[in-house]
Amino acid sequence: MKVFVPCDMAALSVGADAVARAITEQVAARRLDVTVVRNGSRGMFWLEPLVEVETAKGRVAYGPVTAEAVPGLFEAGFLEGKTHALDHTLHLGPTEEIPYLKKQERLTFARCGIVDPLSLSDYVSRDGYKGLQRALTMTPEALVEEVTNSGLRGRGGAGFPTGIKWKTVLKTVADQKYIVCNADEGDSGTYADRMIMEGDPFVLIEGMTIAGFAVGATSGFIYLRSEYPHAFKTMKRAIAIAYEKGYLGENVAGSGKKFDLDVRLGAGAYICGEETSLLESLEGKRGQIRPKPPLPAIEGLFGKPTVVNNVISLATVPIILDKGAEYYKNFGMGKSRGTLTIQLAGNIKYGGLVEKAFGITLREAIYDFGGGTFSGRPFRAVQVGGPLGAYFPESLLDTPLDYEAFAAKKGLVGHGGIVVFDDTVDLARQARFAMEFCAIESCGKCTPCRIGSTRGVEVIDRIIANQDRTKNLQVLDDLCELMLDGSLCALGGLTPYPVLSAVQHFPEDFDKPAAMPPSPMTQPGQETPSWR
Amino acid sequence: MHTWDTDRASAIIQELQQLPGAVLPILHALQEEFGYVDEAAVPLIAEAVNISKAEVHGVISFYHDFRHHPPGRHTLKMCRAEACQSMGCDRVIDHVEKRLGAKLGETTADGSFSLDAVYCLGNCALSPAVMLDGKPYGRVSAQVADFLIDDVRRRA
Repeated sequence: MKVFVPCDMAALSVGADAVARAITEQVAARRLDVTVVRNGSRGMFWLEPLVEVETAKGRVAYGPVTAEAVPGLFEAGFLEGKTHALDHTLHLGPTEEIPYLKKQERLTFARCGIVDPLSLSDYVSRDGYKGLQRALTMTPEALVEEVTNSGLRGRGGAGFPTGIKWKTVLKTVADQKYIVCNADEGDSGTYADRMIMEGDPFVLIEGMTIAGFAVGATSGFIYLRSEYPHAFKTMKRAIAIAYEKGYLGENVAGSGKKFDLDVRLGAGAYICGEETSLLESLEGKRGQIRPKPPLPAIEGLFGKPTVVNNVISLATVPIILDKGAEYYKNFGMGKSRGTLTIQLAGNIKYGGLVEKAFGITLREAIYDFGGGTFSGRPFRAVQVGGPLGAYFPESLLDTPLDYEAFAAKKGLVGHGGIVVFDDTVDLARQARFAMEFCAIESCGKCTPCRIGSTRGVEVIDRIIANQDRTKNLQVLDDLCELMLDGSLCALGGLTPYPVLSAVQHFPEDFDKPAAMPPSPMTQPGQETPSWR
Repeated sequence: MHTWDTDRASAIIQELQQLPGAVLPILHALQEEFGYVDEAAVPLIAEAVNISKAEVHGVISFYHDFRHHPPGRHTLKMCRAEACQSMGCDRVIDHVEKRLGAKLGETTADGSFSLDAVYCLGNCALSPAVMLDGKPYGRVSAQVADFLIDDVRRRA
């Protein structure tokens, strides 16, 4: 018999280790034949630690469980999945029937929270390495074609078609090529990369291996942020296991093909989520951005053609290969195909991971899944897409989660993080923070970002202090226009999004006279600058 | 954590210097061993990977992670990014700073705590989030922060 207690970092942060210890103690004291499995998280964080019991009728969930509640659960017969368990407020019924999970379309996260992350047999028994098996029967051209046809776009945020990027690398002749996974998930409100690396690391290894075969790269690196020590440990161990079992190395799965993989730690620099900074950092340098061209697909890591893809993009490749491009493409809307891993965060009642086909509205995500604010106070604003994403008011909540629909509202989907704020938020302070964050994290390469962000903080301080407010709002507008147009990458180039959207949608927080001209955001038809 | 030791540092550097892009792995390994990257490591790394001392210094100073001085006995990383802001992290941070008499980025006078600002720990559905000596905690109110600090002090 198996009992599951997540080892996901978020579950640990609310006491999962203590719960696992308490269960192990009860099992020993009662001389039961029970194995405690440390799985990843199902992504329903308000229920963590979420304990599951394997029963004849499938897995039954209890949560949020505390160590103190564990003896009572045993007394009440929770191992048999009994509902009378203390008339248990913790009893949630069959896990798969919990509406939050049931309403999702889990493709990339099909195994996360179900399997033991470091059990290769768990992985293989649940369709793991089926994608690679099929990939091994295909030519590199056909592989790239399949990914292109799936409509998969970069899940880091820029939304660039993954297949097109791969094609460039495939066509570039070189003695060495690289696959680099961008696991520098720095956006506040996002944790999908962390969850999959902690909960189903082999899917990322498989995706990178397939990418390697598709473009002719024999070496890969995962660049992982240092703020994720648990994911680092899990990835390191999973890579060691994959080597041991012949899924990495000189002869991958007996194919005679080579793929090496290593995971490297970042060092607390947000800018290293920008792909060229990331490459500099991997090379052991300051994480300063490189001007493009040359594209990393032509001159990337150590000057060689390099695929740089986000964790979720790469972790989605195995299911595309397994089920086919058509299957994947049938999810989604418009030019946003497949699923988006939405991360509900901040002041939200039911925060968690929601994998859904593109197209659900922000309102559905925040209310139907998220249940509104955590505080119970009225909703006031939402920031989608991390610290460079726009702040949206109530009136924009019917915007569907779709790259183009968001761009049309001068926002960005980004990596899918949704941070909710209640009515206590002060948008002038949030705008100030956006500039402050840019100043702290700027790599210093270009002037609009390096100097503009610091000037931005000063100008907003003057606006807040009511010094020449009208004049300073105009200065802020000009400064934002300059940063948008003149920055080398998206840090400086997108910081104006949260700032200008705050001014535009929440003018009362800047005590702005109604006669101000509208803010110059990106021009109509102009694409979201490509980053992450 | 060990006090700075040039021989030990040289051994660590030698072990890693052949890696492609070895500088960050070396710096992480040194910090893991000594709690910070001593100034004396700069020429050693420069020599080992064949770059200038200025370049090594440039790398160390670029990244927020690398410390230039030994840290306190405990490290409390407090997230101050947007998701945690929406749940009132500023009040918690303010409380902890006052309680410990140190600001984010500083170490307490008695050397017991180093306080660090971080921008996202990836625990954004359970904000405010902190990490104490590598262990994550979610839903951290001022009271929870007090409990964590008291607990660490009790065990000291």
